[in-house]
Amino acid sequence: MHSGSILTGAQALVASLEKLGVEVVFGIPGGAILPLYDPLYDSSVRHILCRHEQGAGHAAEGYALATGRVGVCIATSGPGATNLVTPLADAYMDSVPVVAITGQVNSAFIGTDAFQEADIRGITMPVTKHNFLVKRAEDIPAAIKHAFHLAETGRPGPVLVDIAKDALSGSAPFVWPSGIDLPGYNPTVKPHAKQIREAAKLIAAAKRPVLYIGGGVVKARGSKELAELVALTDIPVVTTLMARGVFPDSHELNMGMPGMHGTVAAVGALQRADLLIAVGTRFDDRVTGRLDSFAPHATVIHADIDPAEISKNRLADLPIVGDARAVLGLLRHELESNELQDYSEWHSFLASLKRRYPTDVTPEHDGMLNPQYVIRRIGEITGPDAIYVAGVGQHQMWAAHLLPHERPDKWLNSGGAGTMGYCVPAAMGAKTARPDKVVWGVDGDGCFQMTNQELVTCALNDIPVKIAIINNGVLGMVRQWQTLFYNKRYSNTDLHSSRVPDFVKLAEAMGCVGLRAETVDQVDEVIKKALEINDRPVVVEFVVSKDAMVWPMVAAGTSNDDIQIARDMAPDWEEEIL
Amino acid sequence: MKTHTLSVLVLNNPGVLTRIAALFSRRGFNIESLAVGPTERTDISRMTVVAAVDDDLVLEQLVKQLNKLVEVIKVLELGEASVRRELVLIKVRSDVENRSRIVDTIELFRGKTVDVDHESLTVEATGSREKLDALINMLEPFGILELVQSGQVAVARGARTISERTRPESRTQRALS
Repeated sequence: MHSGSILTGAQALVASLEKLGVEVVFGIPGGAILPLYDPLYDSSVRHILCRHEQGAGHAAEGYALATGRVGVCIATSGPGATNLVTPLADAYMDSVPVVAITGQVNSAFIGTDAFQEADIRGITMPVTKHNFLVKRAEDIPAAIKHAFHLAETGRPGPVLVDIAKDALSGSAPFVWPSGIDLPGYNPTVKPHAKQIREAAKLIAAAKRPVLYIGGGVVKARGSKELAELVALTDIPVVTTLMARGVFPDSHELNMGMPGMHGTVAAVGALQRADLLIAVGTRFDDRVTGRLDSFAPHATVIHADIDPAEISKNRLADLPIVGDARAVLGLLRHELESNELQDYSEWHSFLASLKRRYPTDVTPEHDGMLNPQYVIRRIGEITGPDAIYVAGVGQHQMWAAHLLPHERPDKWLNSGGAGTMGYCVPAAMGAKTARPDKVVWGVDGDGCFQMTNQELVTCALNDIPVKIAIINNGVLGMVRQWQTLFYNKRYSNTDLHSSRVPDFVKLAEAMGCVGLRAETVDQVDEVIKKALEINDRPVVVEFVVSKDAMVWPMVAAGTSNDDIQIARDMAPDWEEEIL
Repeated sequence: MKTHTLSVLVLNNPGVLTRIAALFSRRGFNIESLAVGPTERTDISRMTVVAAVDDDLVLEQLVKQLNKLVEVIKVLELGEASVRRELVLIKVRSDVENRSRIVDTIELFRGKTVDVDHESLTVEATGSREKLDALINMLEPFGILELVQSGQVAVARGARTISERTRPESRTQRALS
């Protein structure tokens, strides 16, 4: 595209996407965005026509997480745009780089309650990193360039660009901005050398340090630096829900996932630590439990690229603002010349917790399939090289514990927002990005019924995802809380999805292969069969027990010290070892 | 509660006031007053925010959240060494009988009479919160018909300008040094 050529706003938008190297966008056309779809028809950018804008939004997230690049979704004004709110909120909570492009009514009609008008910029202000309203064709290239820059630099996040229809249809000379003009936006990437030296001193003095690793390390591509730091120091690691796989679960120093449904070893490590080295993590309430009793003996080093996360929930004794990968690399470099304490007692205490309280499959007594067993077998048969995407609920927690989390960028789920319905469209986005990888969605029957329409999109666009529905017929996590805290009064959690819908028929109706397993001996068979099918999406329904519960558990609002390994069963901490 | 005066330089873009107001509301911060206006540069506006915050960590979080907004260029807390002013317009019930007494009172506060008719008198006064409260208190017995106040505006004393000043270290950073 020659600079200065006269283009319509829509052509300029497509040219901007091409300049940025965008390969795939997910969207649905409509009145206000229609001018864009005309030049898009001739573009190298592949447009995947989704069935619901929420699906397009989560697909953009899945694409972003599987590639590390910006995911793009497109919707029209009004309801098209408002349907993007949930995936944008999801991407905001989990720091996923997404750019959403929405059509807006003609600029002269803005504010008049015109047909399909919604103030999407106002609506998405609290759930985007930033957003733009563009009313002139000549402003489109700069808005798009800035949107991508904001989405993928610093702490990544979603950015929305709302474009009035007359800006898309109007014409202007195409000018691609040479630089970035955002005077209020300068993320601190390089950590302060003095803070790194101070952190190394604290680490050298600590007897019971823990690396508390969050999703920021995944986003910063810091798994190699983390592995090198652990190899040098032998400091135990916990990886949050967003960071599963950034450090291999098979490593003896990985204590697993901390938090409300964390392992005893990970929760125990945080509670008894004298130093937390928190990197790319935000002390979320699901990790800390009651804040005033979280890691009560620990000094806190908190490294994050977003200064506002530091000391937001827990006061950091040593703040480090910077890129997680840079922090880990510099810490290793600094610690090479430091003598560390002897961790043998600390290691043996944690090893004992890990040995005595493994994440395991608990047997069911009702003769039904055990959901944990199913999820574990999917992982064992498929292996650690596949991409696993979870929905939200019990199956998500089991998947977080029991799948083979050995590599980064292989685990996608909705953590901060807890968006039911995330799995199917996010898996679609991941498979679009990485057609060479097996992509397994591990979903619940409740979640699946929220967004399964995107399987039609998958079937029609050669996106052969594999979705395992862990069908216990109920909203399992909510039911678990009713069991524990509402006297087993199961108000409105029975979905009856063992009867309706027939998931196999539903899958077939959507152009997928539908399979079902109801007994233990069918489990391996259907998984293997699903793995053999690569020309169509596959849906495998596992009919499982509805009484299985997620353990361990720290009840909401209680202390991590009160973690239970099963109902009314506390772990034996064997503190005398320490 | 302790009040803090923050000067916030922002890009003069449509919607920036909404972003700041929405941030206060969403994060549950209390604002006592907010004043916005142009600066010596047409592309930049300056807001003066008076926030009621007791906990230093909450104030630090507020400043960090403001700084995170892409259109916010700088946030600075103005301490004791600053000039702070509010403006008030007060319509007082007044007739020929008491007019001169009211005017005397206003003069004590270096206020101005900006409008007068047979039944009322309108006063303009500027100053600190305390001074204006005292003035209002003195005028109350005459009968205040209408009262309107601006938010506080403030500027640091001395030759240095806000664009030359750097952000103070946060409490957590100070703790170490």
